[in-house]
Formats: sequence, C-alpha cells, structure tokens
Amino acid sequence: MALSRKQRVVAKTVVWIAALTPAALLAWDFWRGNLSVNPIEDITNRTGWWTLTLLSVTLAITPVRRLTGRHDIVRFRRLIGLFAFFYGTLHLLTYIVLDRYFAFGTLLEDIAERPFITVGFATWLILLSLALTSTRGWIRRLGKKWRRLHRGVYVAAVLGTIHFYWGVKADTREPLWFMGIVAVLLLARLPAVRRMAGSVRARRRSAGERVSAGRRSEPLTP
Amino acid sequence: MLIRKHGTHDIRSSEITPESVFVNRRTFLERSTKIGLAAAFAPGVLAACDRSANTANAASSVPVPGEPSQDVDWSRMRSELGEELNSYEAVTTYNNFYEFGTGKEDPARNAHTLEPRPWSIAVEGEVAKPAVYDLEDFLSPVRLEDRVYRLRCVEAWSMVIPWRGFALADLIRRVEPTGNARFVEFTTLNDPEQMPGQRRNVLPWPYVEGLRMDEANHPLTMLVTGVYGRELPNQNGAPLRLIVPWKYGFKGVKSIVKIRFVRDMPATTWAIVAPDEYGFYANVNPEVDHPRWSQATERRIGEFRRRETLPFNGYGNQVASMYAGMDPRTLY
Repeated sequence: MALSRKQRVVAKTVVWIAALTPAALLAWDFWRGNLSVNPIEDITNRTGWWTLTLLSVTLAITPVRRLTGRHDIVRFRRLIGLFAFFYGTLHLLTYIVLDRYFAFGTLLEDIAERPFITVGFATWLILLSLALTSTRGWIRRLGKKWRRLHRGVYVAAVLGTIHFYWGVKADTREPLWFMGIVAVLLLARLPAVRRMAGSVRARRRSAGERVSAGRRSEPLTP
Repeated sequence: MLIRKHGTHDIRSSEITPESVFVNRRTFLERSTKIGLAAAFAPGVLAACDRSANTANAASSVPVPGEPSQDVDWSRMRSELGEELNSYEAVTTYNNFYEFGTGKEDPARNAHTLEPRPWSIAVEGEVAKPAVYDLEDFLSPVRLEDRVYRLRCVEAWSMVIPWRGFALADLIRRVEPTGNARFVEFTTLNDPEQMPGQRRNVLPWPYVEGLRMDEANHPLTMLVTGVYGRELPNQNGAPLRLIVPWKYGFKGVKSIVKIRFVRDMPATTWAIVAPDEYGFYANVNPEVDHPRWSQATERRIGEFRRRETLPFNGYGNQVASMYAGMDPRTLY
C-alpha cells in the first residue's frame, strides 16, 4: 500500500515541520530569554542533542521498515538524515562562531589535541560527506561505492555518542541512553537478528494479519 | 574603597566593603527584618510548615529571595580589577550543585527541599576544641563582610560575585588546631531526603573538599553565609559554604556540615571521580589544560567574547608564594 502522491506531500511536510520545530523552539527560547544565563552552552547542548536524535531516527528507519513491512517510510530517510546534518552543522557553528568566535588557532588545537572534540569533528565530516553525496546524481555516479560510503552513517552515530559521552562531566545517563539506542539499531542490522525479525513477520502474516507485501523495488539498504 | 593596605598578603581595598556595610550577625538580622527581608528566612520556615502539613506540593513553597538586599548599592560595586558584578539572577540560577541535579538550572528549581535551619556544624579531628555547633552559635562571634570575588569554574565560565561571609582563618583560630593538623576537610550534608540529587550515584556522596592549612588560613579564603547581602539561597550552598577565589569553583564546597582537621591530604570528591582531570589543589591555571578542554580562556557569564584566564584567577600576587617550589603541573 504505497502512499499516494498527495499523501507523500503531506507526509514530507510533516517531517519538515517536525524536524524544524526544535530549531524554532530554540530560536524562540533565545528570543524570549528562556535560556540560562549562559545561552551559548544551551544552544550547543540542544543542537548536539537533536543531531544525535535525528541520526537515531535515520538509523531506525530500516529496522522499522523490516519489522513493519512499511517500506514507504524509507522515502523520508534521506530527508531526516539531512536534518541530522543540519543540526550537526548548527552545533559546529555554535562552537566556532558563538563559543570561540573564529579563534581558529585554538580551534585547530582543540581538534588536534582533544579527543572529545576530534571525535565530534570527525562525526561532522562524515555527515558532511554523506550530505554532499545524497543527491540522485551522486548516487548514480558512485554506484556500488555509494552504499559503502553511506555505511559511514553507522560510524558517525557511534562517534557522535562517544563525543557526547566524553563531553559530560559526571552525569552520563543521556549519552549512555544514546549509546544504547544506537547499539540496538546497529544490532538490528545483523543478519541473525534480521532473520529473527523476518520470522516474526512471517508468523504474523500466517496469523492472518494484514501486512504489506512490500514494494518489489527494494530501496537502498543502509 | 575606604581601607587601603599594602603588602603581598593584603586583601585589595576594593574587595572590602566600607565599614558602614560591615554588619555583625545580630544587626544583620535586625536590619534584614526591618527592611522587610524576612523572605530571606522564609524558605526554611515554609518548608517546615510544608513538611508538617505533609503536602506533596513543595514547589508552592519556594519564595527564593528574588533580589539583592537594599542596604548596599550593588550596581556601583566592582572587583579590584574594575569588573562589574554578575547579576543576582545569574548568581542564583546558574549553579553546579549536583545534590540538586546535574543541570545548571536544576539547583534553583530543586533546592527548595533543603532546610538550612536548624543547622549544625561539627568541628572535629586535630583540634583542641572539637564541638558540634548550632549554626547561630557558630556565627555569633564573627563579623560578616562583603567581598567581591571572581568565581572561575573548571568548565571555563566565570562570574564576579559579592559574597557575604568571614575569613576561615577566624574560625581556625577559635577552634585551635593541634600541631598535627596539616589539612582541613569539609563535608556537605548527606541527606537524599533534602538533596534529591543524592538518590543517584552521580558522585560518591557526601561531597568532600579540602585545603592545606596555609590555604585555609589565607585571608582570601572565606566561609560564606550570604550573597548580594542576602542569606545564601539554597542553590548557592545555604547556609554555609566555602569560597577559595584562586581555585576552581568545585573547591567551594556547599552546605557544610563538618569541618575536620587532619594530618593527611583528604580524598576529595572530584579527585576521586577523575584524578587525571581534577586535582586536590585545583588552582586556576591557564597553562594547565583540562584533558578535555583548554583552560586558557573563559566565558564571563553575560559576555560574548571569551576572556583570557588569569593565573590563580587574578589573585597570584597574594597566593602564588604558597606554591613556590611546587610543580605547577601538579596543581591542577
């Protein structure tokens, strides 16, 4: 049961609005003075948090698709991934412009010497390369290599959570949550786990539930 | 301002309030009541009512005193380097006090559960006069004064804050430490009922900090009972906290219940949690980076561009001599 054209437009609009809402709320809170007396810290934390959240959502699409048989949701994967990159870029720009105010000397030193920042920057570089090659043209041009390159999203997700974990002082709850979520989403891609999920679906189907047969033109897999 | 002394160990004149502002505790209390500052003492009272009434809605009893006292013109007060004060709002809404949550704004939200009255403080260990003091007795002989200090957090932000309190050295004289006392150890209240953050093991509770005796006796080292002329709000460490302005903020242990004089260097909380990141001395030092970030600059709360961090947070001329001959690398 593929979405109609109209449904697709509506769904994409919803994704756009949902993904831009955190940025809008942040701007609103800044404008209204709802942030703490150290707003740069709040902006840094919130944009970083949304980067990881949207990365997790991106990674969740394939397992959810397999589990539910709703193959059409893969349409939104690229868009959500690009929004993850959008928040990651805001996060980096907050650091470069608001926090350091273009003090490139110390920025380079940070990137070179502090693993916490090295890892965060590496995460952004990966997201950048994925965002740049996310167009139809690049997918065609890179062919098989494209799939390999875009498995980099797994690396980005792992590095992103490590960056968060190393960034906090003592309260590691949230970074550990993200690590757990990313771990589950990566494990869900192991062939053994996929087979298990497949058998769940088969059982459901035999139990007479209505399950989408899925579209034959299998979308790209990462 | 009015008093001017010279010498390496002097407190700069501008850090000392004029005589007119000096208040001993009794007149402070009187005056507070007179100009309607009773609110400063209301949290404890209301919290007590709240408890006896057994209401769950503690949030309704949070009359956190919302503004500075009116007995001093705070707007004209400056640090000895001419720096403006951070606002009362900044000082009381942006706090690291993990006993009330790890977010900066958590303490201001959650600290209403702390009951800073009645309060007792145990002075023990290598002292001639160990005792458990009631807070009122503990404070009755001291003369409170206002001092403007920079507070430099290890997280690379800073504020300028007018504390009200007294020199720790005054207390040390009173309790007569023995010759064996080489360090002082301070302990925060350990009570998950009052300090909900202690229900999780973010840090090993209770929070412990310490100073070497010469540091503890240094005239800049302060026991603080108030800020901006008010009693300390709970989130700032009511009713009694330590301030050591040349050290990172985490040395400023809050809501102190025990002061212990000891022979050996105490094991202090952050140094236990991450010994390679937080040392015992924790002197502000732009040259020694935290492993995860640079300490060369800091953000003064309220400012956009970062400032250069000063060695010993700008108090080097008064304190550096205490560390002569020590490897500065060990002083983080």
